[in-house]
Amino acid sequence: MSVARYRYFAPTSLDEAISLLQAQGKGAVLLAGGTDLLLRIRAGFIQPTAVIGLKRIAGLNRIAWDTKRGLTIGATALLSEVAEHPAIKRRYPALVDAALATANVQVRNMGTVVGNLCNASPCADNVPTLVAMGAEAVVMGSDGEKRIPLGTFHTGPGKTALEPGTLVTAIQVPPPPGGSGAAYRNISARSRVDMSAAGAGAYVEMNGGTCSDVRIVMGSVGPTPLRARRAESMLKGVKPTAALIEKTGQAAAKESKPISDVRASAYWRKQVVAALVSRALTGAFQQARKG
Amino acid sequence: MKHVIELKVNGDTVQVAVDPWRTLNEVLREDLNLTGTKLGCGTGDCGACTVLLDGRSVSSCLTLAVEAAGRDIRTVEGLAPSGEELHPIQEAFIEEGAIQCGFCTAGMELAAKHLLDTNPSPAEPEIRAALSGNLCRCTGYDKIVVAVASAAKKMKKK
Repeated sequence: MSVARYRYFAPTSLDEAISLLQAQGKGAVLLAGGTDLLLRIRAGFIQPTAVIGLKRIAGLNRIAWDTKRGLTIGATALLSEVAEHPAIKRRYPALVDAALATANVQVRNMGTVVGNLCNASPCADNVPTLVAMGAEAVVMGSDGEKRIPLGTFHTGPGKTALEPGTLVTAIQVPPPPGGSGAAYRNISARSRVDMSAAGAGAYVEMNGGTCSDVRIVMGSVGPTPLRARRAESMLKGVKPTAALIEKTGQAAAKESKPISDVRASAYWRKQVVAALVSRALTGAFQQARKG
Repeated sequence: MKHVIELKVNGDTVQVAVDPWRTLNEVLREDLNLTGTKLGCGTGDCGACTVLLDGRSVSSCLTLAVEAAGRDIRTVEGLAPSGEELHPIQEAFIEEGAIQCGFCTAGMELAAKHLLDTNPSPAEPEIRAALSGNLCRCTGYDKIVVAVASAAKKMKKK
């Protein structure tokens, strides 16, 4: 097996990382956890000329919570650090579920939430819930910082709205208002060992017994994580009964655009995503009633 | 271009010159002759290559050696406290018959160490979840799960 021979850099500041990224040009790739990148390099799918490791940049692994800005998950924060973080456990349990749904223990001890986002795989477990919760990517380039809502971050399988020479330094999730809830549900053929064949993230807000806001995002059933907007409209302003939640799941499945591949058939994915959306909604409403 | 790095393996610091595309698994096995760490799938699925990096279990097949520089690396060779004594996890694996061909054992034991360091009294489902990234083709897992539970008890007594 011939593995790409590349130059390796370990910048210690964001500015240095961005200048390297720009100087090394098209062949440069960023390395956070490496669980996906190294796989692709070693399988010969990509032949980078430069690998820029981000782990030596101090503070980039920061996880921070405050009541105004909400939650910040730094680019090199591990999936397992997200799953273990007390503030995330308390205020964003759906993000813990999504992080724990990702791969196995070892991969979670290496991989990052931001890496999962930037690889832009349609089956990324951490993305649907983050999109549903209205999260944004904090993007840094040589002309400063900007924000990209995660709902518009993915443009196709493996493709993102990131401009060349820029990188995601963190994900920001707004503080959850009172009466809100979120959940993630996924399924794969071989539990931990395989990637999700389908997944669904839901975010809801309740106001006096009716659902005042809802966002449903499906994973692995389209080229990017998909919003199910028609399904969402069925729940807005009404009381979320079990029967309605089930119908909403079926409506969401109609908006999905799955393909058949090695993990599952398109037919199976469409059936299953209906159930996953209903379950994610049920979990989100349960949490909303508690909080 | 080779990078000259310092690796802290099982408490010893060694200097090695490595190409930046070589994995920690390759450098441990081929340069440092620490062949207790196995290479199974090479894709982060089987756990045979598990080592501890700053106390967390990771797949050495998906870790670049250059990225492990300066960090605390523990392999199965560093698990036992001395040449005469075995670690309680190793004792428990022997006593419970949790080893057959042995290929998964080093990875299983380090995954178990990561679990017991963070959760000294795991329930059975927690043990199973903690070992979910380690495949065994011989034992059917039951004896390994029993061994980890037994190791937990031994470690609490000490």
